[in-house]
Amino acid sequence: MNTGKTAAGILLLTLLAVAVQVGASVSGRDYYLTQLTMAAYTAAVVMGLSLLVGYTGQISLGHAGFVAIGAYTSAFLSTAPLAHASGTALGKSLLRFHVLASRPELYGDGTVVSLAPGLAFLAGLLLAGLVAVGIGYPALRLHGHYLAMATLGFGLIVYRLVLGTAFLGAADGISSVPPLPILPGVACTGEPGQRIANYYIAAGFTLMVLLFLLNLTDSRTGRALRAIHGSERAAAATGIDTAAYKLKVFVLSAILAAAAGGLLTFYRGSIGPSDAGAMKSVRYVAMVAAGGMASVWGALVVGFVLTFLSLRGCFGSFDDAVFGVVLIVIMSFTPEGPFGPLRTLVVRFRARRRPALANGESEKEIPRVVA
Amino acid sequence: MSLLEVQGIARAFGGVQALQEVSFAVETGQIHAVIGPNGAGKTTLFNIISGLLRPHAGRITFLGRDITALPPHRISRAGIARTFQTLALFENMTVLENVMVGRHLRSHSGAVAAALRLPRQLHEEKRIREAALGYLSSVGLFSKAEAPVSALSFGQRRLVELARALATEPRLLLLDEPASGLNPRETDDLAQLIRRVRDDSVTVLLVEHDMSMVMDISDEILVLHYGRPIASGSPAEIRADPEVIAIYLGGEFTGAAC
Repeated sequence: MNTGKTAAGILLLTLLAVAVQVGASVSGRDYYLTQLTMAAYTAAVVMGLSLLVGYTGQISLGHAGFVAIGAYTSAFLSTAPLAHASGTALGKSLLRFHVLASRPELYGDGTVVSLAPGLAFLAGLLLAGLVAVGIGYPALRLHGHYLAMATLGFGLIVYRLVLGTAFLGAADGISSVPPLPILPGVACTGEPGQRIANYYIAAGFTLMVLLFLLNLTDSRTGRALRAIHGSERAAAATGIDTAAYKLKVFVLSAILAAAAGGLLTFYRGSIGPSDAGAMKSVRYVAMVAAGGMASVWGALVVGFVLTFLSLRGCFGSFDDAVFGVVLIVIMSFTPEGPFGPLRTLVVRFRARRRPALANGESEKEIPRVVA
Repeated sequence: MSLLEVQGIARAFGGVQALQEVSFAVETGQIHAVIGPNGAGKTTLFNIISGLLRPHAGRITFLGRDITALPPHRISRAGIARTFQTLALFENMTVLENVMVGRHLRSHSGAVAAALRLPRQLHEEKRIREAALGYLSSVGLFSKAEAPVSALSFGQRRLVELARALATEPRLLLLDEPASGLNPRETDDLAQLIRRVRDDSVTVLLVEHDMSMVMDISDEILVLHYGRPIASGSPAEIRADPEVIAIYLGGEFTGAAC
C-alpha cells in the first residue's frame, strides 16, 4: 500500500501547480496559463489511456474519437437552439430548474435557449460510455488485437462523421460554446478574466484523475488488470473475469477521454474536426508509451510536458514528427519510460542496504517493472 | 459422490484426436495422477477441466454440479485451481503481488472503494497481503516476497505458481507437471509439499513425468495413451499392469520405481 507516497506526490504536485501559476502571473506571462490548462486536460486523457494500454495491455487507436464524442456532444447540445422552448410552460419550468439555459443571441438582441451546459457535458460522457460498450463488448471477448483494429476503424469513422455532418459544423466545427458553470461566479470558459480560475479547474480535474488512477492501480482491481496484461489465461484460471475487467477499463478510459474533451471544449469555446483526427489518437498512444506504459505518473508528466511544448509551438511544423521521434528514442533506450532507469537505481540502492532480500541472482538481473 | 467426475470427454485438434472417451473420477482427499507419454493428451485434459478449452463431447461434474461449459473464472470460483506446465506467472509484478492476485476470489472491494481508499478496502487489502504472505511462507518463499518474479530461479517460480493457486483456497488443485525442470532435491521437497497440501484437505490431480514421484505420492493413477485411458488403479496395480508395461512403461519404469 503506497497511500503515504501517493499523498506526498499529490501534495508536491499541487504546490508545484500553485508555484507555476504564481510565477506566470508575477512575471506577467499569464498567457502561459492557457496552454498549461489545455495541456492538463490532454494529460488526463493520456492517464486514462495508460490504464487501458499500460496496465491492462489492451490497445486503443481511437481515443481521439472519444475525446471528440465528449467535445462535440457538449458543444452541440449546449448551442443547438430550442426555438420554441421558452414560450411554453414546460420550457419555462425547465429553464427555472436549469435543465435549459438561455443566453443572449450572438447577432441580435433576443435570447437563445439550449440545453444547460452541465447536462450537455454529462450527455457526452454517457454517449462515450455507450459507444465504448458497443465497440468493446464484441472486441474484448476475443484474445488478441481486435480492440486495436476496432478502435482504429472507430476513430476514422468519427473523424469522417464530424467532418461531413452539417449540424456539427462540418470543417468549421462548432464555435461560441457557452461557459460551463462550476461554482457560483466560476465557470469553465475561455474568458480572459477567468484564466487563473480555469487553470485551477484543469489542475484540480487532472489531480483528481491522477489520485483516482493511482489508488485504483494499487488495489485488488489494479492487480487484476496487471494480471490480465501479464497472462490472460493465468488471470482467468485465478478467478478473474477477464472479459468484464477489460470492458470496464475500456469504458472508463473512454469516459475520462470524453470528460477531458468536454471540458477542453467549454474552455476553448469551440471544437473542430482536427481534434478527432487519427493522428491525435496515435499521439495519445505515443505519450502513454513514452511515459513508461504502466505508469500513471509517467503518463501525466509526458502527456503534460509534450502537449504544452507542442501548444507553445516549440516543435514548429515538425509537430507530429516530434511525437514519433520521442517514441522511437524512448523505446530504444529506456523501454520502461524515462523514469525506468531512475527506479532501477532506487531498487539497486535498496537491495544494497537490505542484502537479506536480494540474493546473487536478483542483483545481477535488473528488475523489469514493465512487461 | 466423487469430487470430480469426468465422463466421456473427447477433443480433437483438426484431424488429430487428442482425447477420446476419457472417463474417471477423483475422490475427495486423494492425490490422483494422470500419466502417459508425450502427446497422450494430459495437458489438453487439464485445459478442458479448468475451462480454457471446450470439450467436443462429454461432461464434467464437480461437487455434483455440471461445470462443462463454464468459463475459467467461474470454474476457479467453483473451487478448482491450477498451475501451468509452461509457467504462467505475472512477470510485471512482484512475488507477493502474484500471490495476492490469488486472493482475488476471496476478496470483494471494487474500483470505487479503492479509489476513495475506504477503511473497509484498506482493511481488506491488509488481510489480502497477510494471507498472501502466509501462502508464500508455506512454500518457503517468504524472504522473496518483494522480489520481482523475474529474479527467481525456475524452481522458485514453480513454487510461486503453487502458492498463487493455493491462495484461492481450492477444493481441487490441478498440477501440470510440477516437477519438470526441478532437480532431484527440489522434487523431493515438492513431493513433501504436495502431501502437505493433500493433508490440508485439498484434493490434488496432477500430470507428471517423474515416475518415482508419481509412484511415491499417488493414491490413484490414470494412464493415458494417445488420448485414451488404458489403465487406472493404485500405484501397485499400475506397476503390475501388463498392458501398461508393454505399451508404455517398459523397462524404464521398473528401474525407476522399484
